[in-house]
Amino acid sequence: MITTQRSPTGGGGLQSPRSPSSQPPFLSVSVTDPAKMGNGVQAYISYKVITKTNFPDYQGPEKIVIRRYTDFVWLRDCLFKKYKGIFIPPLPEKSTVEKFRFSAEFIEMRRQALDSFVNRIALHHELQKSEDLRTFLQADEQTMERARSQDTGIFKRKPADLMQIFRDVQSKVSDVVLGKEKPVEETNPEYEKLKRYIFELEDHLAEAQKHAYRLVKRHRELGQSLADFGKAIKLLGACEGDALGTAFSELGAKSEMLSIKLQREAHNLLMNFEEPLKDYVRAVQSIKGTIAERANAFRQQCELAETIKLKEIDLNKLRLTRSERMLDAEHEYEELKAEGEEATRRFETIVRLMNEEIVRFQDEKTQDMGLAFHEFAKGQARLANGIADAWRSLIPKLDSLSSS
Amino acid sequence: MMAYENEGFEDMESLVLHDDGNNNKSPKSNGGANGRDGNQRHYPLSSPVPFAEILITEDADAFIHSSSSHNSFNSFLEPPSYAEAVFRSFDGDHAKQTNDHGSVSTSVPSSSSDYLKISVTDPREEEDPVAGGNTYTTYLITTWTNLPDFNGTEFSLRRRFKDVVTLSDRLSDSYRGFFIPMRPDKSVVGKQVTQKQEFVEQRRMALDKYLKKLAAHPVIRRSEELRVFLQAKGNLPLAKTTTVASRMVDGAVKLPNQLFGNGEPIESAKGGGDLLKIFKELRQSVTYGWGATKPPLVEEDKEFMEKKMKLQEFELALGNVSLQAESLVKSQQDIGETMGQLGLAFVKLTQFETKEAMFNSQKLRARDMKNIATSAVKASRLYRELNAQTIKHLDKLHDYLGVMLDVNSAYSDRSNALLTVQTLVSEVSTLNSRIEKLEAVAFKVFGGDSSRVQKIEDMKETMRVTNEAKNHAVREYERIKENNKMELERLDNERRDDFIGMLKGFVVNQAGYAEKMASAWETVANETSNYAKSCR
Repeated sequence: MITTQRSPTGGGGLQSPRSPSSQPPFLSVSVTDPAKMGNGVQAYISYKVITKTNFPDYQGPEKIVIRRYTDFVWLRDCLFKKYKGIFIPPLPEKSTVEKFRFSAEFIEMRRQALDSFVNRIALHHELQKSEDLRTFLQADEQTMERARSQDTGIFKRKPADLMQIFRDVQSKVSDVVLGKEKPVEETNPEYEKLKRYIFELEDHLAEAQKHAYRLVKRHRELGQSLADFGKAIKLLGACEGDALGTAFSELGAKSEMLSIKLQREAHNLLMNFEEPLKDYVRAVQSIKGTIAERANAFRQQCELAETIKLKEIDLNKLRLTRSERMLDAEHEYEELKAEGEEATRRFETIVRLMNEEIVRFQDEKTQDMGLAFHEFAKGQARLANGIADAWRSLIPKLDSLSSS
Repeated sequence: MMAYENEGFEDMESLVLHDDGNNNKSPKSNGGANGRDGNQRHYPLSSPVPFAEILITEDADAFIHSSSSHNSFNSFLEPPSYAEAVFRSFDGDHAKQTNDHGSVSTSVPSSSSDYLKISVTDPREEEDPVAGGNTYTTYLITTWTNLPDFNGTEFSLRRRFKDVVTLSDRLSDSYRGFFIPMRPDKSVVGKQVTQKQEFVEQRRMALDKYLKKLAAHPVIRRSEELRVFLQAKGNLPLAKTTTVASRMVDGAVKLPNQLFGNGEPIESAKGGGDLLKIFKELRQSVTYGWGATKPPLVEEDKEFMEKKMKLQEFELALGNVSLQAESLVKSQQDIGETMGQLGLAFVKLTQFETKEAMFNSQKLRARDMKNIATSAVKASRLYRELNAQTIKHLDKLHDYLGVMLDVNSAYSDRSNALLTVQTLVSEVSTLNSRIEKLEAVAFKVFGGDSSRVQKIEDMKETMRVTNEAKNHAVREYERIKENNKMELERLDNERRDDFIGMLKGFVVNQAGYAEKMASAWETVANETSNYAKSCR
């Protein structure tokens, strides 16, 4: 659980005269206790979402609700639609392989990722104000379900759709880079650099994550080999008998013990190193979604500007001819100008937000990765020390054998 | 908004990738003026190499394989080979240990007062002087010794594989009951050796190992056969027979001739048919192995049977360990490789973030990544070295599997000798009853059939000869039994020492490399410990 502390002087809509000035506002969330619900094809996992807060709009001090994966997806989609320009925290993917959907490891990985997701939203100075977040954290199950099904009609953003957007953005960017298309795109060199950075970063990260995942597997394999080896050595020891046989047996036992350490480290590596890397990859992919939204907003602004220009020419023509349609045309023209200003404002908001977000993102990732690296190194050191100790403990006995 | 800051950049420049090929080279400090890099970190991999160079040298495969001088790393992937690889010993103590247990080392046996060192080198194609146009490969056999049996202390000659086969056959003939090391196979089974050069090199190594084993055997190293092979130039006298079965037939049949100088084979009353029967019996015993013979239940044999069974169990267990050991080595190799690839991926990420850095947080992250990358790459190398050593230790297991084959062969000698005895015993008794029958008939019919009398006399003579042969066979059997016993004791002692050495070497090795890895990772853990504190 991560608590957020906001200084009373910082601007924020949630600061109400009613909240006690002695305690700064906080919103603390955790996702726990996965439980399997239902049977067969309909079966799914539900999670307990615990909220501890003193925000005025919330039912404090603590509220517990039950949520499932699709509820999280709903929340993400709402935020994506309403907070354009902000990098919405990533969600873990839907499981594609049926077999692992209910494996303990998968469930734990998902729970951890969902917990990260909600916490990041709760920590974000803008996103934490979201109404949808409040619904998600506080509403009862029926309300939640209603909200979920409502939005499927109006705003349906399946992961597949998002993927399509990513692909479109990707191809557009590469087209621009290759000079293939005459784009309705910004010509901001710094922004170009950022886009390229994001795309390349994803590739690099994906590769690192791939190897990290393989490394987890290798730990498991080595563990298995040590177990088999230990067993075989013990059998050989039984053949030998006497002191040498005992030495073999002890070696075999140590080998089996180390096998267990390796399995444990494999799990640690998965949860505390590989998963954070995967999370990083997802975060970068989420940014690509924001890039797409910015491109949309820019295009809308440009298209409207075009339309306004044409309308102006039209209007001037009508003015000259003193047509009766002139009044209507003027009216339309004013409306279009308002829309144009609105579109420009929207676009500029996105640009401003993105600029803030990229700084926040880089800081966050340095922290996240720093921790992941720390866990990785700590785990490897712990494992190596365990291995060294185990083997070293056998040396005195072997020494005494060779001297006898 | 996107500030570009230059400070603290220098320490990015020296990325640790350059492999100096030496474990213990003194560390060079990474550039960088700030205190962060001030503490001594012993990175053998570090050197002040500017970033740009990494782009050139960086290639996943080349990196992972290039700096290795361990031939065994690649040759490991084959089934247990006798590859003599260049190993870096982990510690001096260990190196001494393996040298003491001589059968597969290249150095002198433990008693330094006498030595017999053999090496096989320099394969060369030569033309057959007899059958012109044919070529074969010869190898240079060099011997260094101070044994009195030999003329001189250092000498060499060239031998071809056929000569080795001859040597091996002659030793088998003369030293029945001994655990004679088996010679290398004539053909290469199961290995994908498409090139002649590779085949010749493998054969050279196998021959080298074989001769070293012979030299390590306390009895065989003093043999005339070995001496002739090592020193007497010219063709080796061929062994008389090449198959065990025919040898047995020869033995059973020719022994009396050898003793009494007769030119004719034994004729039993039934003629040639009996020889065939003997041959069949012998062949069956060889095919079905030990179990086919039923030696008389003498007390000593019970002990032998027990020992035999124990050895069989041992052989099975040993085979199993050998299999799992291979699997262990493979796993170690895999984890090392993946660790290296992970390290490389982070190297690329580090370069990328540094190149594209727009914020200080990125540079910080790049620095952390660099440390991780360094440690991962270092760990990868440590795994590789560990593996090379592990292969060396666990190779002992494979050697002993080979020894078990030698033991089996010696036990076959014993069974066959026993079968010979039993065959001859039954021959004698058959002849005896025949003689008695004939005599009974002759007694009944008066007047002496002179031919029959002659026949009886002949048979009596045959029986006497056969009886002599039987006695000789019994003595031979007893001799082989003695050899077996002696060899078993020798095997037990050597095996004990060898296995203790192997276990200790394995354990010391694993512990040592694990400690090195632990220390590298602990450094990084400390460097990143600030993240842990700030977060929770």
